[in-house]
Amino acid sequence: MKLAKVTGKIWATIKDKKLEGIKLYIIQPMDEKLNAIGNEVVALDTVGSLENDIVYWVGGGEATLAIKGRQVPSDVSIVGLVDRVDLRE
Amino acid sequence: MELAKVEGTIVSTAKTNRLKGYKLLLINLVEPDLTPTKNFLVAVDSVGAGKDEIVIVVRGSSARQAAELSKVPTDASIVGIVDTIEHLGKTKYQKNG
Repeated sequence: MKLAKVTGKIWATIKDKKLEGIKLYIIQPMDEKLNAIGNEVVALDTVGSLENDIVYWVGGGEATLAIKGRQVPSDVSIVGLVDRVDLRE
Repeated sequence: MELAKVEGTIVSTAKTNRLKGYKLLLINLVEPDLTPTKNFLVAVDSVGAGKDEIVIVVRGSSARQAAELSKVPTDASIVGIVDTIEHLGKTKYQKNG
């Protein structure tokens, strides 16, 4: 999993029925010191993220497993909110 | 997932059986402010997207998880048509607006 910051939100009325009721956010992937790395992507949210939150997300085929009991068409899923990062200098 | 703009349709008569009946679109990945990248993809459309619309595309093995595409050989599927993009506190895109 990787760290990211929530930078935006996407609204889409017409979407795959497996995505109904699910929130989609724009996230900026970040390194361990919270510097931006790579391009921003659209992520499915499972934890009630809000803009500017630091989150961790799972990518690839595993992202389809982010919601219990079903598989969703997602390749980037937010699976947790970061309260704090402790990092030894 | 990524954002993309629908640039065109792919017309294809000879295609593998499992792709028959599915609409293929040529899409260009875009940034949240709609700046186009030079990254074009052929994507299976399962939501009825049309030209110039901004869409959400899922890539890789996850693309097969779209509701109608479980047995379709695709690594890029359009799973949503974007109405609004809000980014860094500003509205960057509003459909028909």
